[in-house]
Amino acid sequence: MHPLFKLAGDEVIVADDTFIDVADEDAIPEGDVIVSLTRFQTEGEGLLAGGRKIGVRIQADEAVEDLAYDLPRLSLVAPVFPKYRDGRAYTTATLLRERLGFTGEVRAVGDVLREQAGFMVRCGFDAFQPADGATPAEWRAAIHRHRHVYQRAADARPPAFTERRA
Amino acid sequence: MYRYDAIDREIVADRAAEFRGQVERRLGGDLTEDQFKPLRLMNGLYLQLHAYMLRIAIPYGSVNAAQMRRFADIARQYDKGYGHFTTRQNLQFHWIKLADTPDILDRLAEVDLHAIQTSGNCIRNVTSDPFAGATAEEVDDPRVWSEVIRQWSTLHPEFSYLPRKFKFAVTASAKDRTAAKVHDIGLALRRSRDGTLGFEVMVGGGQGRTPYLASTIREHLPVGHLLSYIQAILRVYNRHGRRDNIYKARIKILVASLGAEEFARQVEEEWAKIDAPTNDLPDTELARIRAAFTPLAFETLAPHAGAYELAKASDPALARFARNNVKAHKVAGYGIVEVSLKTIGATPGDITAEQMDVVADLAERYGLDDIRVTHEQNLVLPHVKLDDIPAVHAQLAATGLASANINLASDIIACPGLDYCALANARAIPIAQHIAERFSDADHAEKVGELKIKISGCINACGHHHVGHIGILGVDKKGEEFYQLSLGGSGAEDASLAQILGPALPANRVAEAVDQLVEAYLRERQGEERFLDTFRRLGMAPFKEAVYAPAL
Repeated sequence: MHPLFKLAGDEVIVADDTFIDVADEDAIPEGDVIVSLTRFQTEGEGLLAGGRKIGVRIQADEAVEDLAYDLPRLSLVAPVFPKYRDGRAYTTATLLRERLGFTGEVRAVGDVLREQAGFMVRCGFDAFQPADGATPAEWRAAIHRHRHVYQRAADARPPAFTERRA
Repeated sequence: MYRYDAIDREIVADRAAEFRGQVERRLGGDLTEDQFKPLRLMNGLYLQLHAYMLRIAIPYGSVNAAQMRRFADIARQYDKGYGHFTTRQNLQFHWIKLADTPDILDRLAEVDLHAIQTSGNCIRNVTSDPFAGATAEEVDDPRVWSEVIRQWSTLHPEFSYLPRKFKFAVTASAKDRTAAKVHDIGLALRRSRDGTLGFEVMVGGGQGRTPYLASTIREHLPVGHLLSYIQAILRVYNRHGRRDNIYKARIKILVASLGAEEFARQVEEEWAKIDAPTNDLPDTELARIRAAFTPLAFETLAPHAGAYELAKASDPALARFARNNVKAHKVAGYGIVEVSLKTIGATPGDITAEQMDVVADLAERYGLDDIRVTHEQNLVLPHVKLDDIPAVHAQLAATGLASANINLASDIIACPGLDYCALANARAIPIAQHIAERFSDADHAEKVGELKIKISGCINACGHHHVGHIGILGVDKKGEEFYQLSLGGSGAEDASLAQILGPALPANRVAEAVDQLVEAYLRERQGEERFLDTFRRLGMAPFKEAVYAPAL
């Protein structure tokens, strides 16, 4: 199992994972679960009625807009990086934050490496399951490696053109 | 040129430091080559046949004298004393050691240069008109908008892992010197009838194994909405571009498979959902970027340059150089001087450290400290007083850079080919050299006139063979190098894709075949027709016969 890191202000902390990530072929256990989008669409009502917290895993080729009306009922959304080089999850996270107004946890899962940490934070991810054995200190360093950014994104960082006017 | 401020410098410095850390992890054994490869490829470092190749970004092909001298220093200290300018207006060093790359990047950063996004599946170096700021044709300075895109796309968090590489070209003149229609996005600045500036947005052009000309998806995008609109295009591509097959992953395949109209509809739909005021660049920043381009102190001169005219009258070599390499400038008494990197017998685009130093000196002394790189792998001194051209010409001649062959048959684009590149099927450089030698008689070359020959050593088409008046593609036939000729391509404003002439030829037949094509053209041409015009009028038949009939 990969560890779970979470953003806490400027810091990166190791967090207990209270969710169980449930594969489609497995039975739903007790407690808080993360399920696939298809499973959520068929079993979501029942799961939510049980009073537990629900997260949805969203694959790179799935449209996050399909979750739009359920987002207020979800605790987390976990965009999947099937490969490090597959950048669709960045758009998924950006849309969750900017367009769909999701305020819960957005967790990076799959082929998650420290080199991507800065981009992930900028696109609105606030939780990460690194697959490369990175430590929280290394993760934090990767996020803070660049002092400036040129463009607006889903985070609150002021871009260079705002800094220049300050 | 655009003057960096402290923020621009810190962004480049931070990226260089990040890469130094990655190289140290690789050299220390913490990263395998497999893990390191995508990291080095985000920073222009390729592993080629003999050594590492480092590709340095030259945003919109603009460098100053200090930067050119730095290239020369790096060529001497870390390479074999020369460098290679590319069709992306970049500079490549082909003999680099991995352990030296962090120091090279630091030395580049000292003069505001970097290798950010010169490879990888991200937004690459933005190319533009090498005559920007010097030609009277342009409706606005395309470098300003190129710099806007450069900043926006640098380390873009959402668009750094696209399905495939992504290339922008920006032009602002009726004459297109950027090959905009064979780019992922080509932007052509135009002024509408009511005087507002806008972009014609062309999407889905490209070369490679499946060439396409770009489709216009918007005739007139108000310039202020540039960033939100290209964000919409990139987002549609990032989500829907194919990722299952590297050869079908460019945006041109998505545009072709959806159809340009449907693609445009999806972009417009996405754009309508983007909050433009947050995502477009504020006018104040646009104005800041515009002002950060060094204002040039042109002198008020008479349009008639007496010394220049006299010198031309007495020096036929200078007169020839003036006819072929000097173009009209927007300011009276100035000229745009093209410096050919196609000396006959040399490697297209190659330049020695000593030559770089000479060009830097000339730019500083005579050229308002401005140098450009063209996508045709030549250099430009965009602002030279006409009366200084004799001196510039003499100093170029002394260093072997005065070939008066711009746009002529020996001004050949060629990729590095099998001499360097791990992907190539065949050599490109020797073929270019053999063809150029056939046109070493300058009178003959001028009589033939504009002829764009472009050579690629493999189907990836880095040598732009699809848009050559004569395109040449190296193929491998059972271990032997063969060459497929095609005719009628153009990367300019009259863009078209070349059509295959006939069966591929062995290496020793290529230069002869080019001769035969040229002879056919000279027989058939009417009036001022270029080779391309004659081909377009007559079609393939007379050319095919010229090359293949003698063998029958």
